[in-house]
Amino acid sequence: MNSVHSIRIRDLNVRRGGRSVLPGVSLDVRRGVVTGLLGPSGSGKTTLMRAIVGVQIVESGEVTVLGQPAGSPELRRVVGYVTQAPSVYGDLTVRENLRYFARILDAPDERVDEAMRTVALSERADQVVGTMSGGERSRVSLASALLGEPEVLVLDEPTVGLDPVLRRDLWNTFHELAAAGTTLLVSSHVMDEADRSDDLVLLREGRIVATGSPDDLRDQTHSDDLEDAFLVLAEAS
Amino acid sequence: MSARITLATAGRVLRQLRRDHRTLALVLFVPALLMTLFRYVFDGQEATFDRVGPPLVGIFPFVTMFLVTSIAMLRERTSGTLERLMSLPIAKLDLLLGYGLAFAAVAAVQATITAGVSFWLLGLDAAGPVWLIVVFAVGNAVLGMALGLFLSAFARTEFQAVQFMPAFVVPQILLAGLLVPRDQMARVLELLSDLLPMTYAYDALARAAADDLGRRLAFDAVVIGGFIVLALVLGATTLRRRTA
Repeated sequence: MNSVHSIRIRDLNVRRGGRSVLPGVSLDVRRGVVTGLLGPSGSGKTTLMRAIVGVQIVESGEVTVLGQPAGSPELRRVVGYVTQAPSVYGDLTVRENLRYFARILDAPDERVDEAMRTVALSERADQVVGTMSGGERSRVSLASALLGEPEVLVLDEPTVGLDPVLRRDLWNTFHELAAAGTTLLVSSHVMDEADRSDDLVLLREGRIVATGSPDDLRDQTHSDDLEDAFLVLAEAS
Repeated sequence: MSARITLATAGRVLRQLRRDHRTLALVLFVPALLMTLFRYVFDGQEATFDRVGPPLVGIFPFVTMFLVTSIAMLRERTSGTLERLMSLPIAKLDLLLGYGLAFAAVAAVQATITAGVSFWLLGLDAAGPVWLIVVFAVGNAVLGMALGLFLSAFARTEFQAVQFMPAFVVPQILLAGLLVPRDQMARVLELLSDLLPMTYAYDALARAAADDLGRRLAFDAVVIGGFIVLALVLGATTLRRRTA
């Protein structure tokens, strides 16, 4: 398990509703860095993430996470996944939600407090989630994924609708987690977030248009701005 | 399988239910109110009330738990929490048994209240032991839960899930022998009723009430247990780790 890549994808094909969403994707995701997955809505970001977590029925291809086939029972403890829509119990409080998921992961109760602190919800611990705003609910959902000290974190647009200050703090947390060895794959469609990623993967219509660090992509396209770089790369593909 | 996770799940389901005061009140007290209604509908016909009353104590929990479970499970599916659970180290059986334990506990309280009101306040009489009727009522609740869990996989919306009640539960009540003895129904229906779980649940309750505690009652109990296991296994197959 000393490989530099914790996620390895080869010729991944996924069909949904009769059409090919990912027609043969290959990708390596480096361990211990934050990889940004960028692309417009409908480009296949969520499907790719679901395949990595192992909840997506795939047509063909190979997805390996930490050396194991995606979705292996051993991976359920070490891969954290946050869906785009918050998936927590609306009729429980923040703490009750996190306690339940902590029990499943056999994580100690201190992790519940730490996770609430990370997403800045300690003060709201006893509020029923159903009475919270959309952004707050996504934070509860994110906190649930941090409980088990995962080695791989797959986050589907975790910062949508969040206050810029909190967004910056969360990105700092992502980098701290990465520095401690966690592999993060974070999808987004916001360019300033892309710039905070160590590595970038640009996805368009199910195909990978480009990979590299934000600087690489700017150099490659001779543009100062990531948005322009993305346009150049998208049009060239 | 893990006792820790099963119990955590049962606790979580009960906490959700506790937060919904109105549902909890409806679940616990509506059967007792309906029994009161029956008592005065059959005013002056005590023999009839004594015949249909005891089985009803056990049939209410079946109906309630069937409904509550199908909606609860449908919510797990539509809210994405089921998908999250399926990506976590929880066994499908942990989830199913967690639900089973939680609803069996609620059913025990519900059946005790219903039986208490019926036998002590409404003057319902049964030759057999009341505690046994309550035990079968709880077993029936677990049966209703298991069937609700399985059938909820076939509902996409809560509207559909609620309609499963008249579609799957009412026919079973009609055919179970509560209204008309089964051997007086059309032969086809009698044969059909042999295949339905409620038939055995009703038979067990009627026998327990009549103090007919023989081999036939034991047979009913085994069949009910078999239906619970079958529905749970079928329910487990509808919980998918991977989806399209």
